[in-house]
Amino acid sequence: MTRARLLLSLLICLTGAAQTAHADLRLVHSERSLYREVLVYENGDVRCMCFTRNCRVGRQSCIDTRHPDRMVMHYPRMMLGALYVNPAPQSVLIIGLGGGTLPRALRQVLPDARIDVVEIDPAVVRVANRYFDFGESDKTHVIESDGRVYVKRALRGTQRYDLIMLDAFDHEYIPEHLLTQEFLQEVKSLLSPQGVLAANTFSSSRLYEHESTTYESVFGKFFNLKRDNRVIITRAGALPDAARLRTAAEQFVSAFRPFGFDATEVLPLFTQTRDWDPGARVLTDQYSPANLLNLER
Amino acid sequence: MVFCGQQREQSVRTALAYVIAGWSGFFVMAVELLGGRLLAPTFGSSIYVWGAIITVFMLALSLGYLAGGRYSMNAPSVRRLGALLAIAALTVVPLLIVAEPMLEALSIAVPDPRFGSLLSAFTLFFVPTFFSGMVSPYAVRLLVEDRRSSGRHAGQLYFVSTFGSAAGTLLTSFYLVLLLEVNQILLALLMVSVAIGITAWFAHAPRNENDQ
Repeated sequence: MTRARLLLSLLICLTGAAQTAHADLRLVHSERSLYREVLVYENGDVRCMCFTRNCRVGRQSCIDTRHPDRMVMHYPRMMLGALYVNPAPQSVLIIGLGGGTLPRALRQVLPDARIDVVEIDPAVVRVANRYFDFGESDKTHVIESDGRVYVKRALRGTQRYDLIMLDAFDHEYIPEHLLTQEFLQEVKSLLSPQGVLAANTFSSSRLYEHESTTYESVFGKFFNLKRDNRVIITRAGALPDAARLRTAAEQFVSAFRPFGFDATEVLPLFTQTRDWDPGARVLTDQYSPANLLNLER
Repeated sequence: MVFCGQQREQSVRTALAYVIAGWSGFFVMAVELLGGRLLAPTFGSSIYVWGAIITVFMLALSLGYLAGGRYSMNAPSVRRLGALLAIAALTVVPLLIVAEPMLEALSIAVPDPRFGSLLSAFTLFFVPTFFSGMVSPYAVRLLVEDRRSSGRHAGQLYFVSTFGSAAGTLLTSFYLVLLLEVNQILLALLMVSVAIGITAWFAHAPRNENDQ
C-alpha cells in the first residue's frame, strides 16, 4: 500500500519535472557545422550554447541576457583564479571560444592585454558574436585553427603568453591530441617565464587519474580546483602559497563584482591534494585513448 | 598417394591465400586508423585530415589492385603472395622511425593543414598500402581453377579480405589503442605479417613448382 503510494507520487513528480523541463527551454537558433550542431537555448533570461540536444548537461557557455557581465556558470570563475597566480598578464591565449565568456571577462579586467582566441569551428565564432555579445576588437583576435596546430606554429615564432587557458573539452568528446604529455610540454614552452596555465577539464571518470599523472609529469605540482568541473591551474615555476593567493585575490574583488561573485570565494577550492592513483599511465601522443578512458566510470 | 599429397598441398595453398588476404585487410585498416593518430599532433583530427588519409589509402589500394593483377600473370605462387604481405609490412618500418620529424618538416613546408596532411599521408602510407592492395587480385589468381567457379572464389576472397578489414577496424579502435602505444601496435602488426609471409615461403615446397 505505502509502496504503491510512493511509486505513484514518484511518478507524478517525474512527469511534472519532465513537463516543466520542456516548457522552459526554448530553442533559439541551431546550425550545423563541419564538427557538430551548434544550438542556442533560452530559459528565461539565461541563454546557453550547447553542442547537444540534451542541453541540461551539455551547456558549453551561458549568458544572462539582462546582465551580460554576470557569470552564469561556475567554471569561468575558477578559471579566472589563474589571475591570482599571475595578476597582470600582458598576453593571453585561450584555446576554445565557446560563448566567449572568458575573453569578454578578461577584456574588462585587463584592458591593455593582447588576447588571442583559437577556435576550430567558424560556426561557434559566428554564434558567439551574434548571441553571446562576443565581438572581436583591436586587442582580441580570433584564430580559426586546431589548438595543437596553432600552438606548434606559435612556438616557431617569438610570441610567448603570460596566461594560457585551455577550454576545448566537453562532456562527450575530448580532442585526444590536446590531452597528452607532448601537448602540455608544448604549452609549457609557449608560456613566458612567469606564465600560468589554466585548464578546464571534465574528468570524473577513470580519465581523472590519467589526466592527473599527465599534468604532473609536465608541471610537477598544480592547483586542483574541483566543483562541478575540474580546473587545473599551474605554471612552470613554484606555486604561490595561500597568503599570496589571498593578497592577489583581494586585488580583484572590485574588478570581479560585475561578474556577480566575490573574487575570494574561489580561494578554498585551491587544493594540492594528490587524490589520484600515481601509477596511472601517462597519456602521450603514442598512448592517448582519452575518450575510451572517459567511458569507464 | 601422390594424388592425395597434391590435394593436401593444394588445400594448404588455398588456406594460405585466404589467410593472407584476410590478414592484409586487417592490416590495412589498422594502419589507416593509426595513421589518424600519427597525424593528429601535427595537423589536428579534423574531417579533412581523415579525408586526406582515406584518399591516400583508396588511391594506393586502387593502384595496388592494378599492379597485383599484372604481377599475377607471371608464375604465380603462394610464396610470392606471402612475400607481398611481408614487403607491405616492412615498408611500415620507416613510419616507426622517422614519422615525427618528417611530419614536422612537411607541416612547415606546406602550412595549409589540408594539403599538408594529404602530402604527409601520401609520404607515409602510400607504399605499404600499395603493396597491400596487390594481395587480393594476386590471391584470386591462385584460387581460381576454372571460369565457372571464378566468381565464387572472387566473392569468397572479397568476403575474407573485407571481413578482415572490419575486424582490424574494430579491434584497433575499441581495444588495441587502450592497451598499447601506436608504435607497439604497428610493430605487432608488422611481426604477424612477416610471420605469415615466412610460413607461406616454407609451406610452398619446391616440388610444387614443377606441378604447375
